[in-house]
Amino acid sequence: MNYLLNNLPEYSAVICFAIGFSILLLNRNMIKKILGLGIMDSSIYLFLAVKGYVAGTVAPIVTLAEQAAGVDTTLYTNPIPAGLVLTGIVVSVSVTAILLALTVKLHEEFGTLNIDEIIHMVREEDRRKE
Amino acid sequence: MLFVQNIVSWSILLLIVSGAFTAVLNAKAAKYLSTIVIALVGVMNIFLLKYFLGGGESFTYSMGHYGAPAGNELRSGALEAAVSIVFCFVMLFSLIGGRKHIEEDVKGKKQNLYYISSIFLLCSMLALVNTNDLFTAYVFVEINTITACGIILAKEGRQALAASTRYLIMSLVGSGMFLIGICIMYGATGHLLMEPIREYVLTNIEPGSREMLPVQVSMALFAVGMALKSALWPFHSWLPEAHSSATASSSALLSGLVLKAYIFVLIKIIYRVLGIEVLSGNPIFDILLVFGAAAMIMGSVNAIREKDLKRMLAYSSVGQIGYIYLGIGMGSAIGIYAAAIQILVHAATKAMLFIASGGIMDVSGGSKKFKDIEGAGKRDPFAGAAFIVGSFSMIGIPFFAGFVTKYTLVSAATQLAGWRMYLAFIAIIVSTLLTAIYYLMAIAKLFGGENNSKRPEGFKFNIGYVAAIIIFIIANIVIGLNTDWLINLVDLGFSMFA
Amino acid sequence: MNKKFNKLYNILCVIFALIFIAAMIITVSALPNIGDATNPTNNEVSEKYLTDSSWETGSLNAVSGMILDYRAFDTLGESHVLFVATVAVFILLRRDEDSRKDLPTRCLNQSYEQAYDPILAKSLEFLIPAIFVFGIYVIANGHLSPGGGFSGGAIIGAAFILYLNAYGLESIERFCNSRTYLICSCCALLFYGLAKSYVFYVGANHLHSIIPVLADGSILASGLILPLNIAVGVVVSNTVYALYIMFRRGGFSR
Repeated sequence: MNYLLNNLPEYSAVICFAIGFSILLLNRNMIKKILGLGIMDSSIYLFLAVKGYVAGTVAPIVTLAEQAAGVDTTLYTNPIPAGLVLTGIVVSVSVTAILLALTVKLHEEFGTLNIDEIIHMVREEDRRKE
Repeated sequence: MLFVQNIVSWSILLLIVSGAFTAVLNAKAAKYLSTIVIALVGVMNIFLLKYFLGGGESFTYSMGHYGAPAGNELRSGALEAAVSIVFCFVMLFSLIGGRKHIEEDVKGKKQNLYYISSIFLLCSMLALVNTNDLFTAYVFVEINTITACGIILAKEGRQALAASTRYLIMSLVGSGMFLIGICIMYGATGHLLMEPIREYVLTNIEPGSREMLPVQVSMALFAVGMALKSALWPFHSWLPEAHSSATASSSALLSGLVLKAYIFVLIKIIYRVLGIEVLSGNPIFDILLVFGAAAMIMGSVNAIREKDLKRMLAYSSVGQIGYIYLGIGMGSAIGIYAAAIQILVHAATKAMLFIASGGIMDVSGGSKKFKDIEGAGKRDPFAGAAFIVGSFSMIGIPFFAGFVTKYTLVSAATQLAGWRMYLAFIAIIVSTLLTAIYYLMAIAKLFGGENNSKRPEGFKFNIGYVAAIIIFIIANIVIGLNTDWLINLVDLGFSMFA
Repeated sequence: MNKKFNKLYNILCVIFALIFIAAMIITVSALPNIGDATNPTNNEVSEKYLTDSSWETGSLNAVSGMILDYRAFDTLGESHVLFVATVAVFILLRRDEDSRKDLPTRCLNQSYEQAYDPILAKSLEFLIPAIFVFGIYVIANGHLSPGGGFSGGAIIGAAFILYLNAYGLESIERFCNSRTYLICSCCALLFYGLAKSYVFYVGANHLHSIIPVLADGSILASGLILPLNIAVGVVVSNTVYALYIMFRRGGFSR
């Protein structure tokens, strides 16, 4: 039972991940899909931030005095997850922008945001051409 | 470090820099620059492959002063160099062969955006092929997704819009799984580079222990994420629309290359991060085997039912992707050889078929429906010849490129045990028969009908299109005649892999 | 029938999510405990970043040193993700001069222009220079304190958006139009790509780099990291502004 309670922040991260993932995959509304993507990406940042945390330490910015004397690494958190989160944020901003632009275009063309209806309309048009 | 070894990083950096520079050029200059740069990168990689064939060892190339485990690294071997060459030249001739369509389908100012996207597409694929770092793979997977979406969207229209939306959503689901897989792997091992992960797992984690669970799950997440992105059945529903609604070169690139880049990353991760020995017994192999077999059959069944040439080709891609996953799912070295060979062969063949289908649409009033393309093979003999060669290759007739895949896949299947062997054999036989049916039906349509061999008024063959088709045909036949050479190359590549 | 199917679909979605959550929780529960200093994540790699980054790269901020030097190839790709994303949004939303005339009326609402608001304009006369200075400070001190090109660039991009909303398009077009966007982004990315190509080349071949690293805690202490932060800042601020203006009206010019 003990190990089940140790990683609570990670549990919340993966629960959010699964929720966002399911929304992105299964919801039919484009805007909700984008919200799902946002939840999914944020949960990954939470997961990484938790991974970088070491109890009782501060952000990894050393001082000049320490640089000269040698850095005590037990005082600082792990810098790698912070860098990964930064990259992840930039990527997710980019794909969210593209998805939003697609949504604007879809609404202009089809007048709806429901992806099932849109697929249905496209198929009908294709059939009518034959 | 030898001078020739710099090629692996220079080809990626050259593409990145020229991609950014293309933004300030006009469409015409962008066209020439992209052609020259892609050809140059291809030639550079030929020198790299020559170095490996001449007895050169595989190597890692540290990006910066600090190598593993602190810095980013690239890694190259014979297989990576060969795949890079195939990607470069298929890209080059797809762009040349479909240039007329790009100029017609893509509106004015957007043409240079199309060339930027295609340069970055190639750049991301080369980075994926050569990477030695999981997180670099993630970043370039995203570039690949975005640029692929861009080249679908370049042809305006309701269908392309809906198709690329579905493509992007499926891709994002896949890359979300890939990213959480990387995070779990990082949490369990503390490394992002492939070799340190492997070392850590081999020395610190006992097989079968509780700590092994996150590692195995993250491998499963990589596999499922990449399967989503490379349209393994039953996640293929976005593929036919995306590939059939784009312009001819885009379809060729998407079907021939983009899907393969993801699969190559998966092979690299399976082989280099954990190694087949550690992974054996992971149920993900059986899952890939079953879904690969299902994809081979279902893709072919759907292709038979199609009444639209490009959609038929797209469903055929679903089936052919199934062959690759069948090879990976066998979980043996020779199975993965077959998968790698299929990656190379299918890239060359399917790109040719899509470029030819663009030519067929030209002489059939822009339609790609079977009832309109009757006799198109007589009106456009180049496309007709390409279709015959491509179909024979896809069916797996000896002396054409596709035969090598079938041959290695069958010999891999004989080494399997129990239900897996039966499943693999049934899938290969049924899928080959079905493939033969729909490709021969298409050929019959292309050369059937009467009094329809007259071209439209004022129709002229585009020189780039003709050149690209001829080179693709030659490439397919040369591969088909030099089976041993290809098998030896893949063998050499995998011997450098571990 | 359709309604029933929808209900069933929703239930199946929830079940799928629950199964996925359960699987992920079982996986994560086998990971090492969080916050523990003996975790595999706190290994020689993070130790190297903490101890060596300050003198090897000159960056006191270990995160900046890591993303712009040790793992610079990732970050190079990352900046180009922003660039290709703008390209994709351009492909989608760019409207040429003639096509804008015959837009349907419901699309015209997108190019709604806000009226001049004296309170906003006057207060922003003080605020916008402050935001710009703050953004430049964040970029320039990226290697000494928290911050860097990405965060500073986002701040400056936000200042551009604020300026556009307060003073209108004509006023901002004087110094920020599609031409300046292209030239700035392109120069920044080219500089970034070429500088990093040089570093990768000398690094992999174990040659001596001509770029000095002072490592004395001053603003010029970190060799290439300051110029790279500036280039990243230019790219990010340009991208933020370009994305905004594309969504607003489908192009830079009127």
